[in-house]
Amino acid sequence: MKQILFAVAVLTMGLTISQSYHLQLLTFIGIHTILALGLNMLMGYAGQISLGHAAFYGLGAYATGILTAHWGWSPWAALPVALAGTFVVAFLVALPMLKLSGYYLGMGTLGFGMIAFIVFREWSSLTGGDSGLVGIPSLTVGTFSVSSGKPYFFLVWGCVLLAFIACERLVDSRVGRALRAIHDSEKAAAAMGIDTSRLKIWVFVFSAVLAGLAGFLYAHLVTFISPNSFGFLVSIRIVTMVVIGGMASIWGSLLGAAVLTILPDWLHVFTDYEMVVYGLILMAIMIFVPQGLTRGILDTYERSRRKAFTTPDPSQS
Amino acid sequence: MVQEILQYLFSGVTNGAIYAVIALGFTMLFSTTSLINFAQGEFVMLGAMGLITLWKGFQLPLGVAFLLSTLGVAGVGLLMERLAIRTVRKPHPIVLVIITIGASILLKGIAMIAWGKDAHSAPAFSRHPPLEVAGATLLFQSLWIILIVVAVVLALQAFYRKSLTGKAMQACAINRKAASLIGIPSEKMTLLAFALSAGMGGIGGVLVAPITMSSYDMGMLLGLKGFCAAMLGGLGNSWGAVLGGMLLGILEAMGVGLFSSSLKDAIAFLLLLGILYVRPSGILGEKAIHRF
Amino acid sequence: MRQRGTCWIVSLAICAAVVLGLAPCNGWAKEPYKIGGVFSITGASSFLGDPEKKSMEMAIEEINGRGGIDGHMLEAVIYDDEGDPTKAVLNATKLISKDDVIAIVGPSLTPTTLAIVPLVEKEKIPLISCAAGIKITEPVKPFVFKTAQSDVLAVNAIYRHVQKQNIKKIGIITVENAFGESGKEQLTAQAGKFGLNIAQAETFGAKDTDMTAQLTKIRSAEPEAVVCWGTNPGPAVISKNIQQMNMKMHLYQSHGVASPKFIELAGDAAEGTYLPTGKILVTRQLPESDPQKAVLQHYVQEFEKIYKVPVSGFGGYAYDAVQILARALPGTEGNRDKIRDGLEKVKGLVGVTGTFNFSPTDHNGLGEDAFVMVQIRSGDWKLLEK
Repeated sequence: MKQILFAVAVLTMGLTISQSYHLQLLTFIGIHTILALGLNMLMGYAGQISLGHAAFYGLGAYATGILTAHWGWSPWAALPVALAGTFVVAFLVALPMLKLSGYYLGMGTLGFGMIAFIVFREWSSLTGGDSGLVGIPSLTVGTFSVSSGKPYFFLVWGCVLLAFIACERLVDSRVGRALRAIHDSEKAAAAMGIDTSRLKIWVFVFSAVLAGLAGFLYAHLVTFISPNSFGFLVSIRIVTMVVIGGMASIWGSLLGAAVLTILPDWLHVFTDYEMVVYGLILMAIMIFVPQGLTRGILDTYERSRRKAFTTPDPSQS
Repeated sequence: MVQEILQYLFSGVTNGAIYAVIALGFTMLFSTTSLINFAQGEFVMLGAMGLITLWKGFQLPLGVAFLLSTLGVAGVGLLMERLAIRTVRKPHPIVLVIITIGASILLKGIAMIAWGKDAHSAPAFSRHPPLEVAGATLLFQSLWIILIVVAVVLALQAFYRKSLTGKAMQACAINRKAASLIGIPSEKMTLLAFALSAGMGGIGGVLVAPITMSSYDMGMLLGLKGFCAAMLGGLGNSWGAVLGGMLLGILEAMGVGLFSSSLKDAIAFLLLLGILYVRPSGILGEKAIHRF
Repeated sequence: MRQRGTCWIVSLAICAAVVLGLAPCNGWAKEPYKIGGVFSITGASSFLGDPEKKSMEMAIEEINGRGGIDGHMLEAVIYDDEGDPTKAVLNATKLISKDDVIAIVGPSLTPTTLAIVPLVEKEKIPLISCAAGIKITEPVKPFVFKTAQSDVLAVNAIYRHVQKQNIKKIGIITVENAFGESGKEQLTAQAGKFGLNIAQAETFGAKDTDMTAQLTKIRSAEPEAVVCWGTNPGPAVISKNIQQMNMKMHLYQSHGVASPKFIELAGDAAEGTYLPTGKILVTRQLPESDPQKAVLQHYVQEFEKIYKVPVSGFGGYAYDAVQILARALPGTEGNRDKIRDGLEKVKGLVGVTGTFNFSPTDHNGLGEDAFVMVQIRSGDWKLLEK
């Protein structure tokens, strides 16, 4: 039901919005939503943090970029390779780290993210180095070009919809219940017979593959990639999207991604004060609605409705 | 070859001492509050900018400028705890981490407005010519840095061992609940830990200002390197922070000299991953300690 | 129920945000020519983007003061990409689809420029980039031009000077970003042509605090000169380190440090450094016969009068871009294909950076005269003989 509502909303937006800037912006919001969604599964449901998620985003983008631009592969052939690549790398990264409790995974992914960034930058014969990788082809289906504008908008949001469905299924399944148990208390979950570290590895890998998909979509949209799009600050921005939208809320990822994609555009009126305002907004949201914007808005809404029901209307008395 | 190795060592020790002070800041805060402060690098930047303004701009004596910048940065840390960290309704660790990230963006933004986007430089603490040791040059500034770092660590140790406040802080670090049960004001200890660790970052900034160029965006990389150093030595252990910093500095310089300079930045993070795989509590950290 | 409510609230909020926040702002009553600008006004490369934005606005004011072009006033729509390729693409899309500009000036950096090249090629919007990277105009792309000197010319100027000093063996140290990478490429590629041997090549991070280790390695290879390629503040640290280590060899810096800030940062460690620069830094020392002298004097004077800050060597890229556009615009009535054709016909335009001669095979249009060699003597730039 929700998915149908969502699909209808996407369809109407796609058909009514004609200005390509708005479409482009919404397309980027879609890509960011996929990123945030994956990380939200990890942070909200498995209780782990990743401070190097941009590395997987970059891995997906560079894998398809190198395969298509250097070796002339078709993007559709590069897609499974890119996803499989992120899958394997994420698995190897997670394997030893998830034995540790607490937030050690976060620290490890921070290190991994920085190393991946340095590899993107230094392996210049393959990645084009700092000045970037040019010549990535646009997507085509037969003779139909899915380069930008509406076709790409629908492609990206179709992927978002699929990711939504996958995540909802996961959350509502046995795995999802186990994940929530881990989030609440890892020890209790383990005592109930849940293989906590194996589950955590799989969620981590799942979120990394989603990031790889986002990277693929980014690379073929912009048709140019450079290391700075996948650096530490980008990792931090993805974490911020999740937290601002609301952890453990699938719709929160959408809201967080949208807010953080549009906000910088609004803040430009502050020119030199932009960074100050951005920092203040971030801190204020965390201080006043630490459960994230979605939950915060809903709570306020419900509180006001309860108030309306409980306080008698003065006009009637 | 000996001459080169010695030169790499000198270069590494200078950088390492700075990483060590920054790592000390991380460690101090972590042991009392179990919090990683991502604005630590920004404190370093503020310290450097403060020194340049007070010493070069207002022509204050070096000692006074040093003291005032350190105190000023400690004050910023105090404000941050009071206004941002303590006001959080649900202190979930991830929420606190994001708040420190927000604070770091805010501080960077303020610094950009206050000092502009350009870099600034400061002269060395004393106008001595560089020393020649077996053909390698050692800057007098490096000696200053090492001297001050050692003094700071010794002072910290004395503070923890001898003073009542220091002991109370240690008690908080070991068990916060038990400490507050026996009447230690744990909230005040948190405040103090924030001020001290920010001050430590400020000292790092004061030390780094004369050997490099300072700009509003210098903090992030220094903060990350300091964090790696703290993890390497063992988060929560002061001597570990010093050891981690020195080790990181020296390995970086040796890596540049003996392998390739493109490896330089990777070394810190490879060490971080390595230590997490092999010995997550760090070189000097106690084993199986519960973190976060 | 709760989930569905969330879904609606989120979708509504986003719709409202997109539509409200980005509603088009109203333009002028008359129909001006809108020219887009994308620069790195904030962020790590603001030293480029900030003067470029100011110079573009200044150039447009000047042209409007003369009555515009064919009766049309020019209007600048300038956005900040913060040095981020994604934002550059978004800004360029906004300029093309929302603001409906007839041409774009910028971006400031090679990666941001390369990111929007596919877009402007597809939409057929003339782009005049202010970035240096040679990949931008080679191979030639129909709608992409640039005003900044390529690193080819800067390396050429340095190596000609090195050759005259009878130096055979050099060491190079380059910064780890697009600028340094392109410099390293050219330094390596052209060395053979000038009979030079690169004994040691090192790199440094833009935010590194100390480069003694790299310099030690260079010193042990015993070169006769060191070429450093980077933008402030890294090269100033290198100058300081070289002085501290008492390395007795010629130091060449790149045009990336060609601003008074470098002398201020490096202090007396900058003494004796050679570097290539656009003529702007030595405007007063130029001989009266130099064709650029008048243009430069005018630009420096106006810039300092309006903005009350000293000029840097970078704002001129955007100033020239607008002048070039103004030369190509008359008679086109804003038709983008005609503007593009006009740009290729711009010849002998004397700008701040050099004299531009565009052609269908050269979209940068600068010759060797775009660079002069200067030496830093007693805290000031000294123009060297050719």
